[in-house]
Amino acid sequence: MKRRLSELLLVVCFGLLIVACTEPEPSSPSAPEPAQALLSGPERWKTIMEDNLHDPAGPGAKQLQNPAEALFYLPSAFSGNLVRWVEAIEEGYIEPRPSILDNNYEMQVLDLDVIRTRTADMPMVLFPHKKHTEWLECGNCHEWLFKSKRGATRFGMFDVLNGEYCGRCHGAVAFPLVECFYCHSVRREDLKTPVTELEMHK
Amino acid sequence: MTPDLHEHHRHPAHRCLAGTMILLASLIMFAPLPAVAEYGDVVINKRAEKAGMRPVIFPHWFHRIRFRCRVCHTEVGFEMRAGSNNILMADIIEGRFCGKCHNNKIAWGPQNCQLCHSGLPGLESGVRGGPSTGGPGKW
Repeated sequence: MKRRLSELLLVVCFGLLIVACTEPEPSSPSAPEPAQALLSGPERWKTIMEDNLHDPAGPGAKQLQNPAEALFYLPSAFSGNLVRWVEAIEEGYIEPRPSILDNNYEMQVLDLDVIRTRTADMPMVLFPHKKHTEWLECGNCHEWLFKSKRGATRFGMFDVLNGEYCGRCHGAVAFPLVECFYCHSVRREDLKTPVTELEMHK
Repeated sequence: MTPDLHEHHRHPAHRCLAGTMILLASLIMFAPLPAVAEYGDVVINKRAEKAGMRPVIFPHWFHRIRFRCRVCHTEVGFEMRAGSNNILMADIIEGRFCGKCHNNKIAWGPQNCQLCHSGLPGLESGVRGGPSTGGPGKW
């Protein structure tokens, strides 16, 4: 009896799966819609009118710029805004203003890498100050969130996933936490000399 | 003959159940996801709807093309945590928070209510835009 029941369940599930696979999308009857990030044109980005956030019935939504109109022209990625923002600045695609108070202000770019070694079975984390200081100033992270002193800031991946430390930005506005190997990028066997916790080089 | 300790795993009913579970999981995984906001969009609705206005949608992507992070998170003074900034319309009109740029000089002025207050009614405040956006408490 039990076996009959589970076989019946199996058949029902197969049926559902087949229906789910074959039922055409109401908007595009020819083919099922591919994943958003795998598209190549401006259709990669949802429009303001269909993003389930803006009110299409309101007067503002139709006046606003759609993401595709701007982001389509920037170096592309597979997650987040589908844009590699650091490269967009470094390669001159965009030149965001560094200040609204001082026309002569220049970003204080710091070329200093930090390696966090205690990452269990994952590759070690390389934190490049350069990429960060092209967007931010020292005070945005120091000393309130990260202490400058080596080893003084202790946190783990669980904190980051909860939106603390790196997770303040990564997972909210900077590239999302699905990109494990963007940060966990240094394999232990690739380092010529062993490093201790929070070794800095350059 | 040694007794098979895993006998119960091999029972056909169990196998069927396992298959069913896998099928259900794959059904959930491949189910079409609802449309979502752009990554980093922030819904600001602590006060808007109580005051009879649509929620505010702040698009990070639009602003970061034009300004470095430090402009808003240092010069304007926005804390990097959704919900921790108490933004009153009076502040904006007097040139604080959004009003530091939205003053008809750098960007459109606060008389263009509908351009910021453009969200769907009933939205909760917070960062939106994708499976990995959520912040504290998500996990």
